[in-house]
Parts: sequence; structure tokens; C-alpha cells
Amino acid sequence: MMMRCEILTLALGRSRLILIFYRYSCSKCFYDSCRPGGALKAIGGRCMFWQQFWQQLVNGVTLGSTYALIALGYTMVYGIIQLINFAHGEVYMIGAFTGLIMVTVYKVNFIIAILAAMLVCVPLAILMERIAYRPLRKSTRLAPLISALGVSIFLQTLVTLIKGGPNPLAFPQVIQDTVYVLGPVRFSTVQVLILVMASLLMVFLQFTVKYTKIGKAMRATSEDYEAASLMGINVNRVVSFTFAVGAALAGAGGVLVGMYFNSIHPFMGVSVGLKAFCAAVLGGIGSIPGAMLGGIFLGIAEVMGVAAGFDTYKEAIAFGLLIIVLLFKPTGLLGLPIQRKV
Amino acid sequence: MLLAVENLAVSYGGIQALRGISFTVEEGEVVTLVGANGAGKSTTLKTICGLVRPQAGTISYQDETINKVAPHQIVSRGISQVPEGRRVFTRLTVLENLEMGAYTRNKQETRQSLENVFERFPRLKEREHQLAGTLSGGEQQMLAIGRALMSRPRLLLLDEPSMGLAPMLVREIFSIITEINRSGMTVLLVEQNANMALSIAKRAYVLETGQIVLSGTATEMARNKEVRKAYLGE
Ligand SMILES: Nc1ncnc2c1ncn2[C@@H]1O[C@H](COP(=O)(O)OP(=O)(O)OP(=O)(O)O)[C@@H](O)[C@H]1O
Ligand SMILES: [Mg+2]
Repeated sequence: MMMRCEILTLALGRSRLILIFYRYSCSKCFYDSCRPGGALKAIGGRCMFWQQFWQQLVNGVTLGSTYALIALGYTMVYGIIQLINFAHGEVYMIGAFTGLIMVTVYKVNFIIAILAAMLVCVPLAILMERIAYRPLRKSTRLAPLISALGVSIFLQTLVTLIKGGPNPLAFPQVIQDTVYVLGPVRFSTVQVLILVMASLLMVFLQFTVKYTKIGKAMRATSEDYEAASLMGINVNRVVSFTFAVGAALAGAGGVLVGMYFNSIHPFMGVSVGLKAFCAAVLGGIGSIPGAMLGGIFLGIAEVMGVAAGFDTYKEAIAFGLLIIVLLFKPTGLLGLPIQRKV
Repeated sequence: MLLAVENLAVSYGGIQALRGISFTVEEGEVVTLVGANGAGKSTTLKTICGLVRPQAGTISYQDETINKVAPHQIVSRGISQVPEGRRVFTRLTVLENLEMGAYTRNKQETRQSLENVFERFPRLKEREHQLAGTLSGGEQQMLAIGRALMSRPRLLLLDEPSMGLAPMLVREIFSIITEINRSGMTVLLVEQNANMALSIAKRAYVLETGQIVLSGTATEMARNKEVRKAYLGE
């Protein structure tokens, strides 16, 4: 699709910044009737479609970037110890609850709430690995998987008990929600926040993994655990670090999703966790850019599916997509070729 | 004595890989451990590095028992291994592989080691930013050796460095090992290529199904009838 965007007006009204994009395309109708303002009323069917399309794309990327934040934890842990950490969704849930407590009880702003959620999730995940996974590292592959399921159920039950029931809690509106208009698309403040936070965290993660000493050790360990320890790398510390990073991202994701959907409950980690896991596999489990891509891909597919009227099958879209992609590319979109055994 | 292994026994589940072997490595020597496939050579090196735990026996290094020391701490104590099959990190660049080799060292020391390794292996310098997986077998072996040197060990363990290399490259690798030894590093070399190994070693041990069956100076061993028959293809 050949298309060119151009900023025509950049109006600063009161304290609020409104960006207005105009768009050209080969279609004359598109140009004329999608122009914000008077002409918008005369939208033809075709332009309505495109307007919807761009709007849903934005919504999809927003939802998808929360999936991506969580998918990263699955993919990194898998990359290092080949474990699907089924309790990762619960880390995200606990992140959301921590955020809720911070904003309702301590009345802090959302940035502090996100930081607090990360701060709670990190030791939780490190502890989880120490207690439930590390002792099983040399046993069969199934054992830590069962253990992960156990941790997952334990955490769900624990939160339900403390909270006093499984019913959802409202996540209060913590930021003034303004709507920004960008051409045919409307963004809410929370959407912008999610996009900005998720991008920042992912850029930070990429930087860490690519350039820092511990990041390089992570990559080395994920490729060859034994050779890494021959380098003097404390593999256990790398594993803890990996869990910590994944948990920090999931914790932040929990608060952001709470703010987005305004409701959280002790079992919220189950479906999101499963979808994020799908996203990780979709992108190629073990691959960090893969998890990002997979998450965003899944978010878009889900939102588009709902917009197209398949609301009831919302959950099925993720898994259907997973099956289709894996049929054609068993290692996922950005997956590494099947490893040669040394 | 730099390294002393005494009555070392190792088993993998039911398989007895080492049945009580003893040998020593003195400071400054090149000692070689030769033996056929499955004799237990790699197991010996892995046990020294802490990757495999002994069932019985002791490993002492600089007069300290290191049986229970974690692998990453053994590196800080000055033992470095070039593992069998090179095991370079294929998805890391050459430079990153070398940096991993100096994981226990600080920035300044790493820079210094890097200079030394690049001086010894100019070909690695040319391929600094290439992924290690794209190197040829010979280059990967050089990278594996360079990486092991990065931690500036006192004792270098090499597990079949000649494996899968053309004769000319084998000679090159062996002359590099000799040079490394001349610069003051002690070397314990595991080989199936007994001919080459005996030509650069001072002393040798022959390992057969988990037991040391012969030992002596390299020249003695090279003249020994049994060794010539079993390992030198006569
Ligand atoms: N991880 C393992 N699990 C079970 N058995 C093992 C393991 N590693 C080695 N063995 C067994 O221990 C014995 C010694 O193996 P080792 O790798 O030490 O031999 P090697 O002398 O290095 O042989 P090669 O020259 O082929 O490398 C073999 O019988 C092997 O099958
Ligand atoms: Mg071997």
C-alpha cells in the first residue's frame, strides 16, 4: 500500500497537544472524506473501513505490547533453562494487585505503582525459581513443568484468600484520560502510556541483552550452559537474573493492563499468560525479538478478529493463529533453527 | 605440584567412566592424556573443572582440594578448559566470545588479554565482529583456545584440539600450544592423535576404559611397543 503521511497542523490547544495527520493515498475519496472535520460526516463505506482498520490496528498494537511484555518472560526463561514457567502469568497478576494496592492504599501515582509492582515481582520470581525449579533442574523435564503448574495454582489461591474471594476488583482511573486524535485514529492516554512504557522497557531490555556483561552472559548461557560455566559465569546467577528481568516486565505489564481494562482478579494471569505464551511460541520461543513480534501480532489479530465480529471466538484466535504459524514454520516466526546437539 | 589427581573415580548413573586414576601435572609442563574413544579423557577434564562430581578420590590444585568447588570458581582459581568440539558460542560474535572468556576479569585485564589473544591469532582480529557460528572449523578452534586464554589461566586444559582439522591446521594448532607453554603456561592435553601429542608433551599417560595403563616421559612412550601398536597405527 503506497501511502504518505504528512503533518499539516500541529495545534497546541490549552495544555493539550493535538496532532492532526492528513493522509494521502492513491484514492481520491480516501483523501477527501477522511479529512478530520466537516468532511468526516460524508464518509463512504470504503473510508469507514480504513478508519476502522487504523483504529483497530492501534488498539491491537496496544493490547499486543502488553502480551509482548509478558511473552518476554516466557521466552527468556525458556531460552536459559528450557522451562515453560507456567507461573509467569501469576507474576503478572501479582504485579497488577501490587499496583492496585499502591494506587488505592498509598495513593501514589502510576509511575511509582509500576515501579513498586516490578519491585515486588522480582524477588517473587527469584524465590520461585530457587524453591520450585532449581532443585528439579537435574530431574526429568516434566518435573519442573508440574512444579510450575503447582506454583501457579498456589499463587492464584493465595491471592484469592488474601483478597477474600475470586471476584474482580475495580482498578481506579489513575490518570486523567484524554483522547488524542491522530488522523482517523483516536488514542487514549492509557494507550499512549502503554505504548511508551512497553517500548521503553523493550528497548532497555534489548540494550541490556546486547551490550551489558550480564546480558552477554545470558546469551552465552542460553546457547551452552556448560561452556558458559567454563568461562567462569555463575550460571545460577544468570538464571536468577533472567527470572528477575522477566518478572519486572510482567509486573509492569500487570499494572498497565489494570489501568487499561480497569479491572483485575486473581485468575487474570491464566488467559493472558496462556496468550503470552502463545505469542512467545509464535515468535519463536527463546527469541527476544520473536516474543515482541509475536505479542504484537497476536494483539492485532485478536482485536481485528473481534472488530470483524468474531467476539465469541476471541480466545480461539490466538490458538488458531498459533497452530497455523507452527504448521508452516515449526520454530515460530523468528525462531532459531532446531539446535544441533553437541 | 600444580595439579594432583588421586584415585579419581567417576560414574554416570551405572556407567563407571573413571575407575580410580592418579596422575600429576607439574608447573610448566605439557602433560598429555591419550586414549581411545570412551576411555574417559573428557570425563577427567570435566571433573577437574567441576562440571562432573567425583564419586571418590581427590583433585588438588596448588595444594588445595577442589573437588567441591563450583565450576565458575575454578576458573577464577586459574584453570581454563578448551572443551571437546570447541563449544564456541555460535550466536555471539568473536569479540563477545572472547569477552566471555574473560568473564572473571575486570575491564582493564580484559583489554590486556584481548590484545594478547589478537596478537597470537590475527585471524580472529580480522573477524572480530563476525558471528562465531560462521567461522571455519579451524578458526573456531583458535577462537576456543583464545577464549580459554582470556582468563589468563595458570593451567590450560585442552580436549582434543586436533579433532576434525586438516593435517596442516593440526600442526599449526600444536605449534601454538607449544608457544603458549613456552610463555609459561602449564598444559594438560587430551588427544587421540597420540603422535602429535607425544611430540610436544614432556610426559604422557595412557588411559584405557577408565584406568591409567601406562605412563612415562613422552619420548619413552613414543618408543613403547604397545603404544605404537595401539595408538600410533603400527
Ligand atoms: N553424560 C554422560 N552420561 C552417561 N555416560 C557418559 C556421559 N559422558 C560420558 N559417558 C560415558 O563415559 C565414558 C567415558 O566418556 P568420555 O567422554 O570421558 O570419553 P573420551 O575418552 O573423552 O572419549 P572420546 O575420545 O570419544 O571423546 C564413555 O563410556 C561414555 O559413554
Ligand atoms: Mg572426549
